[in-house]
Amino acid sequence: MKKRLVSAALSGVMMLSATANAADYVIDTQGAHAFVTFKIKHLGYSWLHGRFNRFDGSFSYDAKAQTGSNILVNIDTASLDSNHAERDKHLRGKDFLNVDKYPTATFKSTNVKFTDDDTATVTGDFTLHGVTKRITFKMDKVGEGQDPWGGYRAGFEGETSLKLTDYGIDYNLGPASTHVDIGLSIEGVRK
Amino acid sequence: MFKNTPTSYGLIAITLHWLMAFTVFGLFGLGLYMVELTYYDSWYKGSLDLHKSIGITLAAVLIFRILWRVFSPKPRPLSQNKTVNHIAHTAHIVMYLILAVIVVAGYLISTADGRAIAVFSIFNVPALDYSFDGQADIAGKIHYYGACTLIGLAVLHALGALKHHFIDKDKTLTRMIKPKEY
Repeated sequence: MKKRLVSAALSGVMMLSATANAADYVIDTQGAHAFVTFKIKHLGYSWLHGRFNRFDGSFSYDAKAQTGSNILVNIDTASLDSNHAERDKHLRGKDFLNVDKYPTATFKSTNVKFTDDDTATVTGDFTLHGVTKRITFKMDKVGEGQDPWGGYRAGFEGETSLKLTDYGIDYNLGPASTHVDIGLSIEGVRK
Repeated sequence: MFKNTPTSYGLIAITLHWLMAFTVFGLFGLGLYMVELTYYDSWYKGSLDLHKSIGITLAAVLIFRILWRVFSPKPRPLSQNKTVNHIAHTAHIVMYLILAVIVVAGYLISTADGRAIAVFSIFNVPALDYSFDGQADIAGKIHYYGACTLIGLAVLHALGALKHHFIDKDKTLTRMIKPKEY
């Protein structure tokens, strides 16, 4: 009994130290050094760009061990902004994101694997429009280091293409516009 | 002929009444229809432009109609029932108010991000300098539910007119169709 308690305590300590080594970062939405963007082809003739203005999140990252984990991003779908109020209203409505019913989109990583110093393959569950799918995409480390105000920051960027109908969004925008590219550009401040 | 008298509506009030009645029902139908059009429909953009152009024109006519009503004699109600007269009068005022709210809400949807509204490609109605959070969505809900309420009231209003004509057998309906001869 005593042994078990000791080993439980030990493993607890080990877990603590593991999380302490991999530093936890909070995504800097406060200073808006993070962006959730999207782009979709318009008729196949140009790219339409937009972003989600309200989201938050965090991640863990260890530069020495080249490990990362626990990427978590919560997106307020109603904050969609494509620089055109009438279009945004349409995109928030039932034809597309139906934000009254599905106010949040989330990404939660299940695995982060670094292939070299600056590149990682991220796998995780993305929930959009009430549908959760496992996605895998590449993220690049942009940089990391001390900031001028006493903090420590690390930034990553990645993009993935999603098929709209996979997420139950079946409004017909034409053959060139079946997929949307979602971009994640995040600067984290070490906690 | 053109102006109201204490017993009859003039040609101007009659024209305004029917012109706006058909326009309101037309805009309601067009509004419900245009939002269902698919993106590749050739009228996807045109229907919206037409809806806005007619809507802004309707707003101008509404202002004129309210002024005309305020400064014209009001024909006396033909029913002796005070409660019925009171309900009918209240319904008229509420219809004017709701129509004004619908028009303002429609304007606020289209101008939420500072874009102007093009009226028949002839002139632009600019946006206000002021906007609020979620303006297009909030104004959109008011525009939609306001329109549904107005159509409901208009149907009651029409049923009331038909009751006057066929059951009470008075001139409430006919005097809104034909001005009194002189």
